[in-house]
Amino acid sequence: MAVVSTRAGRLGNRLAITAVILVTLVFLSPIYWITSTAFKPLVLATSVPPTVVFEPSITPFVKLFTKRAQLTAPVDPAVYEAAPWWEKLILDGGERLSRDGKGEIVYSAYPDRFINSLIIAVTSTVLAVSLGTITAYGFSRFRVKGEADLLFFILSTRMLPPIVVAIPMFLMYRAVGLNDTHFGLIILYTAFNVSFAVWLMKGFIDEIPKEYEEAALVDGYTRMQAFFKIVLPEAATGIAATAVFCFITAWNEYAFALILTNRRAQTAPPFIPSQVGTGLQDWTVIAAGTVLFLLPVAIFTFLLRNHLLRGMSFGAIRK
Amino acid sequence: MAHIRLKGISKTFGNHVALKDLDLEIADGEFFVLLGQTGAGKTTTLRLVAGLEKPTAGQIFIDGQDVGDWGAAERDVALVLQQYSLYPRYTVRENLEFPLKSPIRKSSPDEIKAQVDRVAKTLRIEHLMDRKVDRLSGGEMQRVSIGRAIVRRPRVFLMDEPLSALDAKLREALRTELKNLQVNLGATFLFVTHDQVEAMAMGDKIGVLNNGQLVQTGTPHEIYANPVNTFVARAVGSPPMNLINGQVEQGSAVTAAGQRLPFDGHDAAAGRALTFGIRPEDLYLEGGAPVAARVHDVENHGVAKIVTLRLGDSLLQATVPTQTSLKIDEEVRFSWHPEKVVLFDGASGINLRHAG
Repeated sequence: MAVVSTRAGRLGNRLAITAVILVTLVFLSPIYWITSTAFKPLVLATSVPPTVVFEPSITPFVKLFTKRAQLTAPVDPAVYEAAPWWEKLILDGGERLSRDGKGEIVYSAYPDRFINSLIIAVTSTVLAVSLGTITAYGFSRFRVKGEADLLFFILSTRMLPPIVVAIPMFLMYRAVGLNDTHFGLIILYTAFNVSFAVWLMKGFIDEIPKEYEEAALVDGYTRMQAFFKIVLPEAATGIAATAVFCFITAWNEYAFALILTNRRAQTAPPFIPSQVGTGLQDWTVIAAGTVLFLLPVAIFTFLLRNHLLRGMSFGAIRK
Repeated sequence: MAHIRLKGISKTFGNHVALKDLDLEIADGEFFVLLGQTGAGKTTTLRLVAGLEKPTAGQIFIDGQDVGDWGAAERDVALVLQQYSLYPRYTVRENLEFPLKSPIRKSSPDEIKAQVDRVAKTLRIEHLMDRKVDRLSGGEMQRVSIGRAIVRRPRVFLMDEPLSALDAKLREALRTELKNLQVNLGATFLFVTHDQVEAMAMGDKIGVLNNGQLVQTGTPHEIYANPVNTFVARAVGSPPMNLINGQVEQGSAVTAAGQRLPFDGHDAAAGRALTFGIRPEDLYLEGGAPVAARVHDVENHGVAKIVTLRLGDSLLQATVPTQTSLKIDEEVRFSWHPEKVVLFDGASGINLRHAG
């Protein structure tokens, strides 16, 4: 197709591109800040004005995965020479690695917390999206008694800020022994997300003509088979979009994770800031933990980007 | 191949009555067309036979068996819809294979391939087999839909306006093709349409639906020549039947405006309010004919011309040979073939012959 280019059109284009670049910069600046902090020496992390040009080091990441103590006396040069390169980074900073009775290095709890986060976020996302999709399908395809009321009820669970129920939740969880368990957080996040998933998926499934399934029913398939063979592939875009939203919510959740877990099932969000205050405020370690924490969401979103783009243009399925 | 019978079928959706006490019988191997306006209940009837809806009251028999509790899969019917029949994301071949791969059929891969190839050949879609269905034109899509229906040799074919979304030329071509297919397969077809031309052209029998009730069932000829009431008279035929209010006086038909036209028999009709029904082809223009009218409009249809005549404040349509030359507003005289006149009761609109 021929594009008619006018002076006004070109100017408009340039303005639009400039605006997009500006907005992108605004949104990316915190990410740049935290990422650059994760590679800064401690002294530069809090310098005013902020240092932009510096020599990056991975010392914060070494600190993130280890436990350390302040050096009380200078290091023995022989010990320093024998130490691996990453231990030297710690020793250079005036700290030494903590070791247990057998002389083994004590690692930090960060990997465990990170894995907890993954287990809890992934499981609750899978649950919320599956339950949400099936429920939405039911609402979309069948005459449900009191459908409007039920849908409103489902939505109403999102109407008050979750933190309002934090104390009752804490007491209930303690009473039934769900405190500090993976299962406890999984069902909590699933409950948060499922209402959202139902509404979002209902919008997507409503867009899929029911004639497809009816054709399959007539062609000799059960409703279940028709659902898996015809509806699910058509709903893939919606499922991807819903999954990303649910995953982000569960992954980033802080308040309940802080209240309901403390060790075994603790997720990364409450763990990362708990690094503050052991001796000094080492912002570089927090930044390093945060940067790693950002990666799963970024990867997940990146993998589903094609679906997401289509999901954004809601209702673009040919009708 | 199968015989279908609907007995006392009613269907309501909430407060809306879609079908009311419907009785319908479709013989084995018959091409039955259900004709009706949007909302008349055609599609509902089809869905009830398919097993996609359950009737509120009444029974459905296929080959004498009450199929009330059977699901769509068990009824062994095939469905072709106006659109969305084809599974998106699948190729044409996958679409055609889909019904055969159903777990209830358990066809072997060789059998599936043979069946699919046979259908592709019948419908001349062999060159499209590996194409995704969203890359097909409207006509190709409907051809594949029909293919998916015939591939598994169902007992009954149900078609919900399969040709309505196509352009005129393609529609006519597929109409012929579909009719040939039905004759070759000897299959029972239940075909739903709002297009009376399609109904007339294809049906062995036509059922006219109005407001959830079956108004008349019969061969296209019966329905065309002897409509049961003025609704059917208006619904079937293009242009539709002319309806003139009047009465019978001294052996002549007298219109409400006072024109006298020849009348043929039927003493029972004398002295009551009537509606005379006359097909456009049974009106003729002639110099010495009894009634004068003015030419309102002339449409040349090639095979014939359709003249609209202005008679007082009513309009009548007549079919005349193409070579007739007429000018707008010209005065002409016309008459009718009295033996072709259909008499309807003036108040109820019911055909006097059907009223008995």
